Amino acid sequence: MFTHKKPPWTEKLVDRAFIHMTSVLASVVSLTVLGIFFTVGFQAVFQGDVSSLLPWHQDSIWQGIAAWNDEETFGVRWGAVPHFGLGFLANSSWNPVRNDYGALTPIYGTLMTSALALLLAVPLGVGTAVFLTEDFLPQKLRAVIGFIVELLAAIPSVVLGLWAVAMLNRFLAVFTPLYAHLGWLPFFSTEPGGPNLAMASLILVVMLLPIITAVSRDSLNQVPMELRQGAYAVGATRWTSIFQVLIPAAISGIVGGAMLALGRALGETMAVTMIIGNSTNLSTSWFSPSSTIASLLANQFGEADDIQVSALYYAALVLMILTFLVNVCAQVIVKRLALKYD
Amino acid sequence: MTSNMTNAMASIRHPPTASGLNYNPCAPRNLWNRAMNLLVALFALMAVLPLVVVIGYVLYKGGGAITPAVFTELPPAPGLSEPMGMGNAIIGTAMVTGGAALVAVPVGVGGGIYLAEVARKGSFAQSIRFGVNVLAGVPSIICGLFIYALVVNTRVLWGESFSAMAGSLALAVLMLPTIVKTTDEGLKLVPQELRMGSLGIGASRFVTITRVVAPAAVSPIATGVVLAIARAAGETAPLIFTALFSPFWPDWSSGGGLLAPTATMSVQIYNFGIMPFEPQVQLAWAASFILVVMILAANLLARWLARFSAS
Repeated sequence: MFTHKKPPWTEKLVDRAFIHMTSVLASVVSLTVLGIFFTVGFQAVFQGDVSSLLPWHQDSIWQGIAAWNDEETFGVRWGAVPHFGLGFLANSSWNPVRNDYGALTPIYGTLMTSALALLLAVPLGVGTAVFLTEDFLPQKLRAVIGFIVELLAAIPSVVLGLWAVAMLNRFLAVFTPLYAHLGWLPFFSTEPGGPNLAMASLILVVMLLPIITAVSRDSLNQVPMELRQGAYAVGATRWTSIFQVLIPAAISGIVGGAMLALGRALGETMAVTMIIGNSTNLSTSWFSPSSTIASLLANQFGEADDIQVSALYYAALVLMILTFLVNVCAQVIVKRLALKYD
Repeated sequence: MTSNMTNAMASIRHPPTASGLNYNPCAPRNLWNRAMNLLVALFALMAVLPLVVVIGYVLYKGGGAITPAVFTELPPAPGLSEPMGMGNAIIGTAMVTGGAALVAVPVGVGGGIYLAEVARKGSFAQSIRFGVNVLAGVPSIICGLFIYALVVNTRVLWGESFSAMAGSLALAVLMLPTIVKTTDEGLKLVPQELRMGSLGIGASRFVTITRVVAPAAVSPIATGVVLAIARAAGETAPLIFTALFSPFWPDWSSGGGLLAPTATMSVQIYNFGIMPFEPQVQLAWAASFILVVMILAANLLARWLARFSAS
């Protein structure tokens, strides 16, 4: 009655092929990551395009490397990494006329805008997340506010940049009194008169808020009810229980979210490029135009040639390593600090 | 005697704070409590405010700039105010984003299936998960530089340099991690019993995955895909060195318009928004309006799709 029917051989073939296909598609992701690191690194070390890696290419770099001991290293045109070395990171001049490049100004701008933005966005974002997880408002209204904050993450950065450009004069009016009264501080020492670093940080705050809020809200929501009930039962007020129990229990998610946001801020391009002024002169003042690595790339890559292209790729490599480290730290922190409630 | 009694009663009604059971509104901890309530309410307001202001401003400025000509005409030459349109950029955004989805959705869904169904815990799967997270953190402008170095500069695509296809590839790199992640997460939510049942009655793995598991997870996957496409449509940084820009209609003779530099709405906002000419700035606002409306619609669509998985 029940006969064992052998499945047709095609079935096994299809099965195998499908499994292999998915594994190939999955490895595309890893290959892309490696490809990005390799390509950017290659362009930072060599001038010329990637196809000169092919041995049969007429300008193949292998010929040049083979002829390394010759008087002329024909074929190899070394790029920014051999030219400038690590001094690139500490040199603040960016001079296409003398072909002297250093990334100190954009690196300072990147770190400063991100730090300022994070400083403002973390309290705001975590506060909003607390507001949305406590019972201040009815559940429905809270869901709507949460949705609105998430929508903020979906607005393209170039639109935020356009808005910032339109609003520039109003913000300058806010900055001017700061300069007038606190001008003796190095951070406020120039008169705000156009696109500047402070504006870029404020736009970054708007972009980081939804990330920090969403991640913090999720991790606060995952704190078990018993912890809160326990805190209330021993007589803690709402805010004692928030500060002493809920936030410590959710700290892994909150720190991880802040790190993710930092990664975003470091690499954010369009809105910052439109509002930071793209000056390559180093200035400590927040009210003077500056540049970030990403804005430098967006602004100069189109018109650059020869060693400048390679220098831009070097700067891009620095940016990649920065964001990579921040993202890996975020993942490690989330794993290490996570309290398990099962 | 009576005054003693009233005193005692008063102390019962208003007991001293240390041992009181009644709420004392002036106790420091309660003052602190109320101050903090106010503070976070203020924070939440400040978080919601930019969205309302930005969307309101974009709808106000952009809505005023929308005319029928916007969809059918080309942008004006600098200094002129006729014709006032950006039909080329609208077509370009559709072409570039569509191309990106064609590349990223099969690869992303396939990769997600591999992670969730084929190799859940192996070290290879873990390394790919790590790769997905790293790729998600790569700044978007670097995706543009990568495709520039790989495709545009080497003229791999039939000898063409800047092209809509290169732009699609750059956006695909950007979309890939989102799609892999949502597919992976979506498939993990499918109950294990479905797989066991399907395999138990003799279905092959291929049939189990494509006929049983994937249909059960189609709603979260579709949500992720819609959001990824909406996000990609608004991306600018990967396109400025790959698809570049063009003030003309797509050149249909070169690969059906895919192999020529192509205008997109997002790059148009960047290029026109900082120009000193009023018509160009108007068009930048019109493009912002269209993008924002499109993205709001995509988010609502995603919400609507997500409802299916909940029920």
